[in-house]
Amino acid sequence: MGAPVAINGPIGERAITCSHSQWSTGAAEQSERVRAESMGSMVASVEEIGAAAAPQAVERRLGELRATFESGRTRPLSWRQSQLRGLLRLLADKEEEAFRALHDDLGKHRAEAYRDEVGVLTKSANAALREIGKWAAPEKVWVPLVAFPASAQVVPEPLGVVLIFSCWNFPLGLSLEPLIGAIAAGNAVALKPSELAPATARFLEENIGEYLDATAVKVIQGGPAVGEQLMEHRWDKVLFTGCPRVARVVMAAAVKHLTPVALELGGKCPCIFDAVAGRRNLQTSVNRVIFAKWSSCAGQACIAIDYVLVEERFAPTLIKLLKSTLKRFIADSDQMARIVNGRHFQRLSNLLKDPAVAASILHGGGLDAKNLSIEPTILLNPPLDSAIMTEEIFGPLLPIITVKKIEDSIAFVRARPKPLAVYAFTDSAPLKRRIVEETSSGSVTFNDAVVQFGVDTLPFGGVGQSGFGQYHGKYSFEMFSHKKAVLRRGFLVEAMLRYPPWDEQKIAMMRHLFRYDYVRFIFTFLGLRR
Amino acid sequence: MVESRAAAVQELRARFAAGQTRPAEWRAAQLRGVLRMATEMEAEICDALHADLGKPKTEAHVHELSLIKSSCLFALKNLKKWMKPQKVPAKLMNFPSTARITPEPLGLVLVISAWNYPLLLSLDPVIGAIAAGNAVALKPSEGAPAMSSLLAELLPRFVDGTCIKVIEGGVKETTALLNQKWDKIFYTGNSRVGRVVMTAAAKHLTPAVLELGGKCPVVVDSNVDLHIAAKRIAAGKWGCNNGQACIAPDFIITTQAFAPKLLESLKKVLEKFYGKDPLLSADLSRVVNASHFGRLKGLMDEEMVSDKIVFGGQRDEQQLKIAPTIFLDVPLDSAIMKEEIFGPLLPILTVDKIHESFGLINSMAKPLAAYLFTRDSELQNQFEGAISAGGMLFNDTSIHLTNPYLPFGGVGESGTGAYHGKFSFDAFSHRKAVMNRGFAGEARARYPPYSAPKLKILKGVLEGKLGDMIQAILGFPRGK
Repeated sequence: MGAPVAINGPIGERAITCSHSQWSTGAAEQSERVRAESMGSMVASVEEIGAAAAPQAVERRLGELRATFESGRTRPLSWRQSQLRGLLRLLADKEEEAFRALHDDLGKHRAEAYRDEVGVLTKSANAALREIGKWAAPEKVWVPLVAFPASAQVVPEPLGVVLIFSCWNFPLGLSLEPLIGAIAAGNAVALKPSELAPATARFLEENIGEYLDATAVKVIQGGPAVGEQLMEHRWDKVLFTGCPRVARVVMAAAVKHLTPVALELGGKCPCIFDAVAGRRNLQTSVNRVIFAKWSSCAGQACIAIDYVLVEERFAPTLIKLLKSTLKRFIADSDQMARIVNGRHFQRLSNLLKDPAVAASILHGGGLDAKNLSIEPTILLNPPLDSAIMTEEIFGPLLPIITVKKIEDSIAFVRARPKPLAVYAFTDSAPLKRRIVEETSSGSVTFNDAVVQFGVDTLPFGGVGQSGFGQYHGKYSFEMFSHKKAVLRRGFLVEAMLRYPPWDEQKIAMMRHLFRYDYVRFIFTFLGLRR
Repeated sequence: MVESRAAAVQELRARFAAGQTRPAEWRAAQLRGVLRMATEMEAEICDALHADLGKPKTEAHVHELSLIKSSCLFALKNLKKWMKPQKVPAKLMNFPSTARITPEPLGLVLVISAWNYPLLLSLDPVIGAIAAGNAVALKPSEGAPAMSSLLAELLPRFVDGTCIKVIEGGVKETTALLNQKWDKIFYTGNSRVGRVVMTAAAKHLTPAVLELGGKCPVVVDSNVDLHIAAKRIAAGKWGCNNGQACIAPDFIITTQAFAPKLLESLKKVLEKFYGKDPLLSADLSRVVNASHFGRLKGLMDEEMVSDKIVFGGQRDEQQLKIAPTIFLDVPLDSAIMKEEIFGPLLPILTVDKIHESFGLINSMAKPLAAYLFTRDSELQNQFEGAISAGGMLFNDTSIHLTNPYLPFGGVGESGTGAYHGKFSFDAFSHRKAVMNRGFAGEARARYPPYSAPKLKILKGVLEGKLGDMIQAILGFPRGK
């Protein structure tokens, strides 16, 4: 995934370029141009964010967060519930503005914006409100008789002041979903939205302080320099959503204060497409593949289907159905989000420039630089060592790789870094079992894709190169909590055998106690002279 | 040797990829092997602990051997249950579907152990890693060389040496190991090296559990059974490797009024435990090595604290022994109050009112354990709410680590992650979410081309409105 990054370098260049080896060894001038370009796209908002992002201002705001947490303000359940209600009101009152911001940043249709972000957040906040009492309650645990009399509990407590780095593709969802967990757990929160989705970042900065407790929840806008400054500080937890390149830098910076981190990264999520039986189910499967590739931020999603594996003999059927369904679903570019910015557009175009890759294009391939729009594109068997097959695509290009037997897909997936999700469309129970047992990924979903995101009883997070740490539902609460073990003892019963001076009898009694062998213990005990 | 280490890691990776560590039978066999080792090799283990630390036989049994055995037994008893996938409710809006969480091993685990409980802190994490189905490399601490070589020699005789390896060495070898790619790193030790471990982990984006230390405070209220409290404090401090334990009481805070009584009681208890000349007692561990001896001597001899000694202070450099030593009211900026003591020195700080201890503790880094002695349950509740620590114990010291139902780990500077019991299994597992959808209930509303009626239905579905869900499942809106 690119050359190792110098730990002491500025976050700057790396934060802009994401997980692509061509950028890591890129000439300084190329990085300079890239930085200038993305700075340019921020010019309109620089004055606005300038004041709040100035170094001293950031320091002051962080100091306020710490003071707020230390004051105990964020601990009571009533405060946490009021914040969650505030968030719900924000999402309801400002829905139109949210849709507009997401359309400005990504060209998202309001239906997509609701389905994938606003709606999911509403559901999550409501669930947190319902469950928070249960999540925050101490849990009694069993105490062995040897400790009698005693009581033991696991008590969840907030970690303190936490930092959430969000990403540009689901700029609202990836900011607010973790925020829900952090607040439910009783923390003070700093939120650093991605500067590559500036309209949403502005939306958050303008509204969070209005609807939530501004002394305890702050939005800190800015680019990589601000991110770097933030990481100089001590946090009680940092959640980073983004690419492995920047994740390494964040994790290395966290070493200074031994800050625990959680990383939500990405990877190449494969879709194993078996010969599904029945015309209707086949159509349903194809609908769902299209949904998971092109209908979710035009493929710019960490859990989007990256590529498809299908048996040689079945490929023509699949391709034909994909093409015809695409024509119905995505007849024009309004139905699909656009590419976030010029740099990513360039990156995706470059993936297609490789002649062998270009030759494998079966459908689409149209590039509209002015509108940052790329047609839904299907490729058949591009070379496995081409960039499009070694890097996370994060765009509307779908390689289809054929295998002799569908079971060969398993070895194919195993040979590659662990992705955030593995998908398979199949009726075969043995194949499903093999996929679960022989591949490793954040999650596995059969006969659909991306929808696992909305099931908040399932933990959401990666493994290996796709990250560590999980959230959603109660897992969000746990991500931002410390589970404190609390044991209460009384003075009533005193076991003489605990104390020196030692002798063999004491050792024998302790042996029995530790094996919870109370019968032998009593015999040994009774044999002892008092 | 560089080659054999890399080859060892290669073998671990190949064996894991081949699935050798996955079956429950293999895991159980390894756990039984560790159990047999702890049972059959007791004498050799006690000898090694005595050679490395002068550890009394009782402590070797109670704090290391017994805990390893009960850890194995607990894992063996619960293994099948822990391995079982857990069904979770899939929401109505995803109907029809089923969902479950399947634990799977992370892969290759590196366990780096510490010198003070060199058997326990090596094998306890290894037990968890094995139970979770991983391949494991164990790097015992070079600070306890007898135990390190004993483990290297014994472990392969009792467990599957192709998947569980002991790799000995010092800083150089550990650094080389850290440069390899692991799926999880488990480190027990101090925060300085903890940072080195985390930096190495960052290179490969490897998650790590860091079991560090801190200054574990003991707050002693006047409303206590003084004699019992003194005994328990003494047992937790000097009965645990002579203070060289991450959860040993580091210092005491009590009221000015109560301090003299507490001190008298401690003195009585110490004489009873260790006799009039503690340096001669066989029941006290020695200081691990000359370097730590020098460090502790420096803490004792610092000008602003050397005149605050109210008990003890005897030392024998030849034998590396330091007697239980108590200080009264040392300055907060003294070295002994700024770093984790990890030795038999116990400062007693006094405050006017017992509640002032809370602010004092909160001005320091979060410790691995915080202790409070009091019968006053209101004070206990206030302490619980105000103080953050890895774990907390009222009216006793140290023993919470023996309860397999309590997570054992730090917070803040005292570490990240937890283990013991099922928490060990979880620490070395990935909770994989598995969702199984049916083909029925195809919701047209989710697909483009988007429209207002579709949006309306989506809203209803996400808000949990049954009517909209039914419409969605039945394929509304009709047409496109």
